[in-house]
Amino acid sequence: MIVLFTIRTALLATLLLVVPGTWIAWLLARRDWRGKSIVETLVALPLVMPPVATGLILLKTFGRHGPLAFLDVVFTWRGVVAAMSVMAFPLYVRSARIAFEQVSRRYEEIARTLGARESRVFFTITVPLAMRGLIGGAVLAFARALGEFGATVLVAGNIPGRTATLSTSIYNYVQLGQDDAAMRLLGISVVIAFAAVWTSELLLPRRHA
Amino acid sequence: MKLRLAVTLALPAFTLEADVDIDSSAIGLFGPSGSGKTTLLEIIAGIQAPDRARIAIDGREIAHLPARERRIGYVPQDDTLFPHMSVRGNVLYGAEALDAEVLKTLEIESLLDRTVAKLSGGERRRVAIARALLAKPALLLLDEPLSGLDNARASLIIEMLQRIETPILFVSHNRDEIAALCDATIVLDHGVTSYGDPRS
Repeated sequence: MIVLFTIRTALLATLLLVVPGTWIAWLLARRDWRGKSIVETLVALPLVMPPVATGLILLKTFGRHGPLAFLDVVFTWRGVVAAMSVMAFPLYVRSARIAFEQVSRRYEEIARTLGARESRVFFTITVPLAMRGLIGGAVLAFARALGEFGATVLVAGNIPGRTATLSTSIYNYVQLGQDDAAMRLLGISVVIAFAAVWTSELLLPRRHA
Repeated sequence: MKLRLAVTLALPAFTLEADVDIDSSAIGLFGPSGSGKTTLLEIIAGIQAPDRARIAIDGREIAHLPARERRIGYVPQDDTLFPHMSVRGNVLYGAEALDAEVLKTLEIESLLDRTVAKLSGGERRRVAIARALLAKPALLLLDEPLSGLDNARASLIIEMLQRIETPILFVSHNRDEIAALCDATIVLDHGVTSYGDPRS
């Protein structure tokens, strides 16, 4: 139950971030524009800020008096997805950007001389050649989403049966002294995380490759 | 084909200044390594941006157009075949249909379903030329198309190039290659063009 809920929300969070994440990663890798370094920094922020602080920003954005209150996110499964998405976003953008940077511009230039428009170059040359890195980044983001705790607790709470995830449930069980249940979830977490990171390691481009 | 070039680009070592007005369907561009030959080709193809350029092919001015609208075929020295596509995918990239004539001339009919990684150097070169030709360019730019090939394969490609009808601009640092293929020569030295005699 908890495991399925966590996998489902993490999957949804990953799907939600892939399109904007790919777009921003491509803009960072391939275009020069005013404000690029600011966006670069903003995108990396959730990686280094305390997750609880990021959660507080989300709470103020989606909360009762926030600008996005109408989305009814706080203390629902949508809050879990929002927290996971924001926290995993930088990992995906980082991987996708490196994947795009490793695609030689020569292929894109030749495609243009063959009459291809920019959108065609992107979908038939750039994305297929970066695909391994994009999938690797998505798997890494999924793994990060699975383990999300700090931001999730603030935005979605830790409501058993409604918004409790693997991480927040482990915390619950430890608080209640139910170590057996906590250890069971711990085992499951390790297996999922191992599989996800291992997959992404296989897919992500490496320096010496 | 009438080719008119007036191109300027300041490079770190020298300034490229090409001034050419020539009428020929097989032009050799000759010059030592580092004289700016590849840069000039890439300016014509629309890949590199010059400081100033007027480029006209049979009176059609193309310098202001993006690469995709120039109708300039470009075969770079490293071929740059798309590694994630088959030979068929590569040659069809800029074309709507295969052209039996081109495939026959370049002898690549039997290669169509191969992956790019499995091609030899000579095959890669022929596929790259076919890909550029199938997009029906007004001018085909060839950057050292014989480099890295043994004599037999090089003369095979020269024969094939003699049979195609698209005008070519052929870059080489080898006078014999240019003499075999071209009826006019541009010499590029330290970025400055002059006319040469292909047979001297």
